[in-house]
Amino acid sequence: MRIVTVRRISQGFFLALFLWFCLVATVGERLWQLRGWPVNWFLELDPLTGLTSLMAAGSLYAGLWWGAAVLALTLVAGRFFCGWVCPFGAMHHFVGWLGARNKPLKERVQRNAPHPAQQIKYFLLAFFLGAAASDLAARLAMGQVAAALAGALVLGLVLLATRKGQGGRAYALAVGLVLAVWVAWSLLAPSGGAWLLAGLLDPIPLVSRSVNLVLLPLADAPARVAWPGPRFYQGAGLIAAVFFATLLLNLWRPRFFCRFVCPTGALLGLLGRHALWRVGKTQARCGACMSCDASCSGAARPAGRLRPAECVLCMNCLDGCPEEAVTYATKPSLGGEAAPDLSRRRVLAGLGLGLAAPPILSLSGVLGPGWNPALIRPPGSLPESEFLRRCLRCGQCMRVCPTGVLQPAGPSFGLEGLWTPVLGMTIGTSGCQPRCIACAHVCPSAAIRPITLDEKLGKGEYAAQGPIRLGCAFLDRGRCLPWAMDRPCIVCQENCPVSPKAIFTRLAWETVLGGLKAGPSSGGELAVSGKALKPDALASGDYYLQAGAARARIVTNGAASMTLAPGPDWRAPTPGAPLSVAVRLQRPYVDPARCTGCGICQHECPVSGKRAIRVSAENATRERSHSLLLKGAGPG
Amino acid sequence: MSRDADMDRRRFLLRAGKAGLGMAAIGALGWWAHDTQGPGAESGRAESVKLPSFAVAGTGGRVAVVKSGHRVPALRAGLETLGGIAAFVGAGHKVVIKVNAAFATPPALGATSNPELVAELVRLCLKAGAAQVVVTDNPINDPASCFELSGIGPAARQAGAKVVLPHPGAFRPYTLPGGRLIVDWPLMYGPLAGAHRLIGLAPVKDHHRSQASVTMKNWYGLLGGRRNVFHQDINGIISELGRMVTPSLVIADGVATLAHNGPTGGSLEDLRPTDTMILGTDQVAVDSMAVGLLGLKPAQVPWLGLAAQAGAGTTDYESLNPTKVELG
Repeated sequence: MRIVTVRRISQGFFLALFLWFCLVATVGERLWQLRGWPVNWFLELDPLTGLTSLMAAGSLYAGLWWGAAVLALTLVAGRFFCGWVCPFGAMHHFVGWLGARNKPLKERVQRNAPHPAQQIKYFLLAFFLGAAASDLAARLAMGQVAAALAGALVLGLVLLATRKGQGGRAYALAVGLVLAVWVAWSLLAPSGGAWLLAGLLDPIPLVSRSVNLVLLPLADAPARVAWPGPRFYQGAGLIAAVFFATLLLNLWRPRFFCRFVCPTGALLGLLGRHALWRVGKTQARCGACMSCDASCSGAARPAGRLRPAECVLCMNCLDGCPEEAVTYATKPSLGGEAAPDLSRRRVLAGLGLGLAAPPILSLSGVLGPGWNPALIRPPGSLPESEFLRRCLRCGQCMRVCPTGVLQPAGPSFGLEGLWTPVLGMTIGTSGCQPRCIACAHVCPSAAIRPITLDEKLGKGEYAAQGPIRLGCAFLDRGRCLPWAMDRPCIVCQENCPVSPKAIFTRLAWETVLGGLKAGPSSGGELAVSGKALKPDALASGDYYLQAGAARARIVTNGAASMTLAPGPDWRAPTPGAPLSVAVRLQRPYVDPARCTGCGICQHECPVSGKRAIRVSAENATRERSHSLLLKGAGPG
Repeated sequence: MSRDADMDRRRFLLRAGKAGLGMAAIGALGWWAHDTQGPGAESGRAESVKLPSFAVAGTGGRVAVVKSGHRVPALRAGLETLGGIAAFVGAGHKVVIKVNAAFATPPALGATSNPELVAELVRLCLKAGAAQVVVTDNPINDPASCFELSGIGPAARQAGAKVVLPHPGAFRPYTLPGGRLIVDWPLMYGPLAGAHRLIGLAPVKDHHRSQASVTMKNWYGLLGGRRNVFHQDINGIISELGRMVTPSLVIADGVATLAHNGPTGGSLEDLRPTDTMILGTDQVAVDSMAVGLLGLKPAQVPWLGLAAQAGAGTTDYESLNPTKVELG
């Protein structure tokens, strides 16, 4: 079998596996549901995910060590992940192939020629690594992992400095200088935090997000396999725009994203360029037919001086060479090799910008006085400063959420918040379900901790600390029917899932009709005068006739009479006595000590646009500084 | 005239003909699509579906009360008293069981229909010859989670029923004849289409707004849309629901009553053992008896009076001589 056929089978297999994992991430026990499928496996394989989360959070959570395995293998075999495994790469490869079909050799050579913009991905890699390492210096003293990473960094710089040629020493000095300034700054002014911004462009989170939040809801609408009803994701258009833009750009340059943007590809390229096995020519001079250059996926120029860092191991060059002069072996290419286009200034700029990004973005106060109360995070979420160190923006929590309440945060949540999970109470099928911890267990990076049901509900060993609160519901009395409009309602109270309920009511009587006079009564029926009544308008069971301090429920009414259901304290009014009609209102109140912020009340509130009861992130358990109540104070 | 000139003329006429056809086509399309009125206020409304009566002739006014702490024997005994399941379900029937699966809570909390009871009813219907048994509801919480967590979904499927969850295609606009509230409202008609029998199966629950939620309030789960607006007139909507649905049979499960914190419950402490199951063909009578388990008299519950007044049944259940069965 031809090597490219094997490669295509591999790509097809992993793409299909990836799509399968997207489909089965539905809570349930059936074969096409979650059961035990390793739905995070591709995210875990992505080494940039692991590396940035290691730098920012200080550990490789759960399956994220898979990324280390990919890195280790890359040292031996090169960018096999890009060419053989990556599902996003497979999509780009396919679209690029579509675009290049039937094009003349000259044009294909031109499309696949190295382009200066291929540097951009290294810049982005430096930026994301910088953002993830932003406070590494300040955390040095605190953790062994941080110390080990810093040690590795220094060692790398020393190695770079002692290398001959290619300006290694100057490079190392410059990077060292940037870092030294940074260490000094962060020791003097600690806590800008470190943010995992890589997820914005990291290929596997990007493709997971795009497939799960855009393609799947579209494909599933008629099929209803993944979800029984329609699924909505706010801002899906922006996610789709990025996804389809990267796909369509393959028509201009094959593997556009891989060549110009992919920070994971950049990382693998840097590590894999000295791989034990690599693609290369077996002779210095060949017939120069350019068929290898014309089909090179990575724009690595196999015909000339090969750029091993750009080679994605698609093996098109091996397959197409009429002289069989290209091979995959342990020797460097006899055509010569070129280092990646690593402009020192760009790498330094990327690194510097990345290091500076969290402190700069923090200036808006998102972690301090400018925190956004609309940012209601899923149950088990870490405090925001820790959350942003871990969240990959992969969308797995939003995919698995049975109610669809988890939404990708839009641009209004800032660059640091973009596409992280936020609860959109009005958009799912019913707020955050009390007896559900699916998101916490699917999260690949523990930005949402793997909590237990007992911990969420505050039961068993968690009884003393109480339930996890996402926020607190606040009533908008200006919009609430019983508060503002003299209409009974209390749907919020009815649906509050907490026992005893966090929404309670107080009885209120509002006079809605006055100026009536009592007439003669017979049995339960009383004649009234003064105003003509609309027959049966007061028959809903919520209206009461008032005579002084006494009230009787109106059962039915005619134009000038009422049938009453009198209580024990009711005496038939003397003819001519003044009467009025009151509506019996149960007005809702929220007990913040009980409210978990699940949002079911907000979801069910009949004020259908801007709800009359809305959850806000105050009092969420994950941020102690946002709590509302004093412990031990108050009556209950 | 030269040959070339002739060709030119012919070619011109051909092109002119094609252009003329194109113009005519565009003109015709414009003419055909031209609208002088614009959309009216009622545009986009579909025609209302009709909901037939599911009552079984000759079974009117039957009510049975079974005193028992066990649901399955109570159901069997109750049905036996009413003339057996065969009196209601026959060969080839499509039977719809409208359960209360409103909340995603475990069965032990009693906020939803009991899964063992659902399963037994499904089995009895199938045994009586039903061709298909559909178990359905449009829950308040996430539908799939409600059916799974309440145990109703797995139990019903295992017993041989088809579980139908709400989806946009299942809803059709419905107007209750003479109705004030249920007018051009989305009704979950999908599972009801072609059904011969409709059985309501609901737990007895406390409800702060309506005082009690039993079998008539259970029909709320057939409505779609933003149905919560009807809570402004809870008594009115429950009585209209009682008029909207004429069931074959309703079953109020008061073996345990959700006595506090209803209708969601949430704690075992909200439940009270009341060892009673009420079955009948008169839903007003069944509910009137059931509210007694919550310590209420029918006269204290306005929706019962409204429903009786609207002709959905009688609150004076004793007038129907309910059969009382006591199991040991």
